[in-house]
Amino acid sequence: MTDTTMALAGSDPHQLGGMAAIAHSGPASKRIVTGYGFWIFILSDMVMFSAFFATYAVLLGQTAGGPSGRELFDLRNVAIETGFLLASSFTCGLASIAADIRSAKWFQIAMAVTCVLGLGFLIIEGREFASLVARGAGPTRSAFLSAFFTLVGCHGLHVSAGILWLLTMMAQVFTKGFRADIMRRVLCFALFWHALDIIWIAVFTVVYLLGSAA
Amino acid sequence: MLGKLSWSAIPIDQPIPLISASVVLVAILAVLAWVIIKGHLPYLWDEWITSVDHKRIGVMYTLLAMVMLLRGFADAIMMRGQQAIAYHSNGYLPPEHFNQIFSAHGTIMIFFVAMPFVIGLMNLVVPLQLGVRDVAFPTLNSVGFWLTATGALLVNISLVVGEFARTGWLPFPPLSELTYSPGVGVDYYLWSLQISGLGTLVAGINLVTTVLKLRTRGMSYLRMPMFCWTTLATNLLIVAAFPILTATLAMLILDRYFGFHFFTNEAGGNMMMFMNLIWAWGHPEVYILVLPAFGIFSEVVSTFSGKPLFGYRSMVLATMAICVISFMVWLHHFFTMGAGPDVNAIFGIASMIIAVPTGVKIYNWLFTMYGGRVRFETPMLWSIGFMVTFIIGGLTGVLLAVPPADFLLHNSLFLIAHFHNVIIGGVLFGAFAGYTYWFPKAFGFRLHDGLGKAAFWFWLIGFYVAFMPLYVLGFLGMTRRMQHYDVAAWRPWLIVAAFGAVLILIGIVFQIAQLVVSIRHREELRDRTGDPWQGRSLEWATSSPPPVFNFAILPDVQGGDAYWHQKTHANLEKTEPHYRDIEMPRNSPTGFVCAFFASVMGFALIWHIWWMVIAGFVGAVATFVVFAWRDHDEYIIPAAEVARIDRANLAERRALASLEGA
Amino acid sequence: MSNGHQEIDDRLDLAPGDEHVEGVGSRVLGYLTGLGLAILLTATSFFVAGTDLVWQPSIPVALVVLAIAQMGVHLVFFLHITTGPDNANNVLALAFGVLIVLLVIGGSLWIMANLNHNMMPMDQIMQMQR
Repeated sequence: MTDTTMALAGSDPHQLGGMAAIAHSGPASKRIVTGYGFWIFILSDMVMFSAFFATYAVLLGQTAGGPSGRELFDLRNVAIETGFLLASSFTCGLASIAADIRSAKWFQIAMAVTCVLGLGFLIIEGREFASLVARGAGPTRSAFLSAFFTLVGCHGLHVSAGILWLLTMMAQVFTKGFRADIMRRVLCFALFWHALDIIWIAVFTVVYLLGSAA
Repeated sequence: MLGKLSWSAIPIDQPIPLISASVVLVAILAVLAWVIIKGHLPYLWDEWITSVDHKRIGVMYTLLAMVMLLRGFADAIMMRGQQAIAYHSNGYLPPEHFNQIFSAHGTIMIFFVAMPFVIGLMNLVVPLQLGVRDVAFPTLNSVGFWLTATGALLVNISLVVGEFARTGWLPFPPLSELTYSPGVGVDYYLWSLQISGLGTLVAGINLVTTVLKLRTRGMSYLRMPMFCWTTLATNLLIVAAFPILTATLAMLILDRYFGFHFFTNEAGGNMMMFMNLIWAWGHPEVYILVLPAFGIFSEVVSTFSGKPLFGYRSMVLATMAICVISFMVWLHHFFTMGAGPDVNAIFGIASMIIAVPTGVKIYNWLFTMYGGRVRFETPMLWSIGFMVTFIIGGLTGVLLAVPPADFLLHNSLFLIAHFHNVIIGGVLFGAFAGYTYWFPKAFGFRLHDGLGKAAFWFWLIGFYVAFMPLYVLGFLGMTRRMQHYDVAAWRPWLIVAAFGAVLILIGIVFQIAQLVVSIRHREELRDRTGDPWQGRSLEWATSSPPPVFNFAILPDVQGGDAYWHQKTHANLEKTEPHYRDIEMPRNSPTGFVCAFFASVMGFALIWHIWWMVIAGFVGAVATFVVFAWRDHDEYIIPAAEVARIDRANLAERRALASLEGA
Repeated sequence: MSNGHQEIDDRLDLAPGDEHVEGVGSRVLGYLTGLGLAILLTATSFFVAGTDLVWQPSIPVALVVLAIAQMGVHLVFFLHITTGPDNANNVLALAFGVLIVLLVIGGSLWIMANLNHNMMPMDQIMQMQR
């Protein structure tokens, strides 16, 4: 395995004593490397959302004489959206299990259900946006509405991209089976999909619930 | 059909951009023609453009940085020239033009010189220092580089087609909103940075994962070279800060393209929020620039003093402390925006605290030199120049961190002098030190030493002559970005500063000459051992340049300064290691093709050519899908081939070692 | 790419999202538990937001607490983030991310509140005084 250092005593040029002698067995496996890299990407995405959240919070009161959240938000729709996304997180988890036990049938079923739930979420959100615009409460009406549409819309764009990715994963598993690199992508997709639901918790709490209760 | 684009976009009536653009265009065409006629295109495509090798990508990043340094410096010389003569006169640059020049200067220097330079050096060196074969995501690495190149391309196109932003290197609203900047200049800026920002984020994810998950056996965290620690801290900052830039620029884009009201004067927009967010990115950004330089200095000072780095533990702590605190000081960029005394005080105190870990580092470098046998090679000269210069710049920074002082000095030339002091003295000197230090590793021959030393002295003296007068001018009340002035007391200082810029120009000429002469004389300057400087870390254990797989057998690390330990304990090997097949990632055109479509999309978005936007987007997505469907992403180097390469390298090393004596 | 060290002990390290649990049944149970808890927390949030039974000024705090709790449920039951040594890197990265998010949001809110108060346009000040 190694050549240049046979059983030699270690060197300690930086006088670290026992601190440096922690064992390290070498580079991590590809699955860990890929998963961790995607985890870091998700954290960067969270920071981006936090910038949009901060902007939303700062511009909350700037309705420029136009409608505020309390007049615009329909909590029933929000509850349905939340239910859809939460259920889709659950079915995505089932898809992960199915992939781990290499069951193509259950994988495709679980992913298909996840897709339908995600699409349902997007349809409701799209209709909400359309109705707001029709009522003259579009994003160009006030700073508050710009911030609202951008924050919630950014989340919706992520869900849309997630759906495209989901369909791609279904196609790849269908044509190529559970190859190692495809399994890594399934892992990353699951991380992404769960992260989207975590962001949605923040969205429905801060934007819709706090906006309606205030 | 072509959106806002028309023939009037080409500045036929402005001689300076027209002539400079023509010269650049002719130069590019000449190089292209030479490449094609000499038949180098297949080589360039196979070995460089589609390469996913971190060493090649690192070199390309560095090359991009150095070319863009020339463009950014040309802007600087023009500004110095203008300010030297524009006393009671309009100078030779009309205000609309001057404003574009200082905006382009800052944008290019930060985003397309400093960033690519440090990212390039990190890319080249870190996998070698960690004893592994490549970064965590090689193809993504290529994508990141080419997206950065796209950003640089767009900024340069603005010289010829259209205009650049006139808002300074950070586009503060409401000036940058559509009402006050209706042209395409700000759009060039925004799309160029969004695209290259994506590339930077990708590099950040790559390098964090590499340092945390890809180290050779035995290399625990505290056995890593210091440069790897600063790489970790830098890329954690990139991953944490660049999303804020993306979000903020996106909001400005939404304002300009769709009539949103984030930062507008009307409908409740709050332009102070832009300042807040952009500096929440902007402050970590400057630490992203300087931390790799600190890492380079740790390597260089240790090597050229012949001693292990002093105070390794405190260096690690200081680096991670800088990483965290850099996210707690950003308000000091807008003390004067009116936040009130308590907020200003807290951020002022934090800004002073962050100077402490840097002080720790300086002391550690000094103690590393103390008691060592210091060799004043060119990289070491850059390091000593850095230490003196950066201390001055840091001290002026601590002065500016005092809010009442900042109320007088904010946006004066004192501020300009301060940040050029730390960026040139810190980042650029570090980049030049790293360039000289690792050039032999990348290319197999050293840079000409005499020309390097001449370049250093002209840069060092030129820097002081160019920027010390700016401190004085700040105290005399001169504001930044002035196209003309009528205060007699300022003139002599500006003339001296212009002379300093000329000295720096001579330094740059020496650097170009150094490169040309070194290439010409590369056989005499050849590095045959792979270890031209008596290095201490693992990159010097490979040949120069290293084989594509870096290490035939991944080393087993026993302690810090791993290579030094190997050298002092190695017997001449009698048994050969057991070579195995090595899997390496395949080259891929994904990065280049993706960037091509990104360039098309960026240009189309700037000029509102909507059909082209859609075409570019479809192309980019298609590229991604094609990449995702490939079945073979690796190729195998057979053990016999690995053995052949390794034997040849070892033989060359041993031949020289036995010539010199053990 | 090969790294010559195939005997890596993966029990010391885990990819985020992976779990060391055998058996389909127990894994499905984990997800079901998470789903159940999340539904409970969501329903409570919606209830708290709309009801008169709770002391009104406490509602924002309650909602935030419930949201954080639900994020925790997602992290533990769906993303399998644990406090074990094999998850150390993942938790550290998450902690770093959370720190940055808190600094950006908290810092921005504090700064902007100060700025808005000190830099309020004259017509708004006059409106407030009326």
